[in-house]
Amino acid sequence: MSDASLGAPKRRGRGSTFGGGSPLVYLIALIVVAITVGPVIYGAMGGFRTNAQLADKPAGLPDPWVFGNYKHVLTTSSFWRYALNSTVIAAITTAVTVLFGVMAAYPLARYEFKGREPLFLVFVLGLLFPAAVAIIPLFIIVTRDLSLGNSWWGVALPQAAFALPMTVVILRPFLMALPKELEEAAMIDGSSRVGLFWRIILPLTTPGLITVGVLAFVGSWNAYLLPLLLLQDDMRTLPLGVADFSTEHSSDTAGVLAFTTIAMIPALILFLALQRRIVSGLQGAVKG
Amino acid sequence: MTETATAVSGHDAPVARRAQARRAPGRPERPAGRSDAWRKRLEIALFITPALVLIALFIAWPVFYAVRFSVYKWKGFGPLADFVGLDNYRLVLQDPDFLHAVGHNFTIVAGSIIVQLPLGLGIALLLNRKMWGQGILRTIIFVPYVLAEVVAGVVWYQLLQPQYGMVDAILGKVGLTPPEQGWLGTPEYALWTVLAVLTWKYLGLAVILFLAGLQSVPEELYESAQLDGASWWQVQRKITIPLLGPTIRTWCFLSMIGSLQLFDMVWILTGGGPAGATTTMATYLINQGTKSHNYGIAGAASVILFVIAFVMAILYQIFILRRDTQDESRKARKKVKA
Repeated sequence: MSDASLGAPKRRGRGSTFGGGSPLVYLIALIVVAITVGPVIYGAMGGFRTNAQLADKPAGLPDPWVFGNYKHVLTTSSFWRYALNSTVIAAITTAVTVLFGVMAAYPLARYEFKGREPLFLVFVLGLLFPAAVAIIPLFIIVTRDLSLGNSWWGVALPQAAFALPMTVVILRPFLMALPKELEEAAMIDGSSRVGLFWRIILPLTTPGLITVGVLAFVGSWNAYLLPLLLLQDDMRTLPLGVADFSTEHSSDTAGVLAFTTIAMIPALILFLALQRRIVSGLQGAVKG
Repeated sequence: MTETATAVSGHDAPVARRAQARRAPGRPERPAGRSDAWRKRLEIALFITPALVLIALFIAWPVFYAVRFSVYKWKGFGPLADFVGLDNYRLVLQDPDFLHAVGHNFTIVAGSIIVQLPLGLGIALLLNRKMWGQGILRTIIFVPYVLAEVVAGVVWYQLLQPQYGMVDAILGKVGLTPPEQGWLGTPEYALWTVLAVLTWKYLGLAVILFLAGLQSVPEELYESAQLDGASWWQVQRKITIPLLGPTIRTWCFLSMIGSLQLFDMVWILTGGGPAGATTTMATYLINQGTKSHNYGIAGAASVILFVIAFVMAILYQIFILRRDTQDESRKARKKVKA
């Protein structure tokens, strides 16, 4: 490449501005990658080492490779219990968020009625109330008034409530983009708008539903504050398990790293599988 | 978003065509009668109520409770009887711990933007070039954002352990002496260390959003600038970055709101310590509520946190985001005139 001369940005600019990958660019990219994934790889590798190895050479590789830490985590019943709780809570949160979200977005997008915009504003305002603000009263309401303390639903329903504003804000433009003729066709067919919603609108909105679904799932899977207040003992989720394991076994660094690494795998797999959807959802949220 | 939207309209093209074909010529539209109007209202209610009920139960009701608690002295049991007016607010606003927490929040707000904006822009511009391994690079840079704050926090806690943590080991090899109590254990460094870990965690979001914004910059602009002999840096400064304006402003807004609510990472890394060096408004109100059972104080702190977030959101909307909407409406007006 002609722009090997690193100190001449001008030439690089004119020649192949947006097509050029000079050695310097690759070097910077390499540094960025190392810093980004370094800690993750350190965690995964640390799980294959003993505590003695870790203390001896903090930055070394496993030598020899030890599988006991991972085996220990995977054979602990509490780990599977946490994983089950995380999965069920994330599944309920996602289902409720997506279903209620698209139901609310539908009339806000496709019905003409007085008070439509003020009603939409309610959801927009909901964006400004983060879970942290009213977390203590929320804890009291869920445990005392609704008797849902230490249960799957007690965490999933509030999480769905906090995910709904963003879901409606993302889905509304989606539904608005569908052609107007859909309603007319349904009218002529004599089918109701409710039927139209289930049989035609929902299938057409699937890409949008997957986007908001993934965002809701990842948000629930990673949540800490609300489960921290609401769940104890056997009902704890993986992030709580990770945090508690880390404090209880603070001297067992290798064990902590193995536990943490396994806990991050589901989110990473989901992310890699549905990366496009997550990214497009976030971009949509920013544009909207 | 745009991509998926087009995918949708691509899908329903046949449906639309069918709909048009069915609209028989001269067939009158069904007149909307009185029963139809009621039916419509019923349908709207049916669709929206579930979402509104959840929001009322788990957002509006707790916020109402927080405001109510904030004017009582209440320890979490018995009736709300000990009305103290605005005393809790006075106590919170005079509590040096809370004022420090507010200061820490604002340090994180400013620090996140000052550090992540240039870094994120730089990396996004870098990744926007056609280069080998671009797709993988984009995936990798986004990985920390997808991890739970707790997971990232626990790994970084191990990395930052004094002496035998990896960070100190590397610094030692280079010949530097890390602080004896560790980066998280030394009050002067703790907040900056938390900020560094947060930067690692959230930089990927900035990069991905900026990259998306860059993709909407039309290629012809670059080409004509290049023909005019503009340098790479001139092109970025005069064309790319101004066109990224709306994306940058929205990202700043998201970052600001996130920093004001900061809890998880601090709780895992330091628990607010050492000696209160890293407390935030959220850790303060959790401590007041769950540990000291001062529900009135926690309520007042909640309301103050919300008011701060709300005022900042409104100010940001008025002074910064409004430029975008104004631009858009100006564009729209132009279109109408044309």
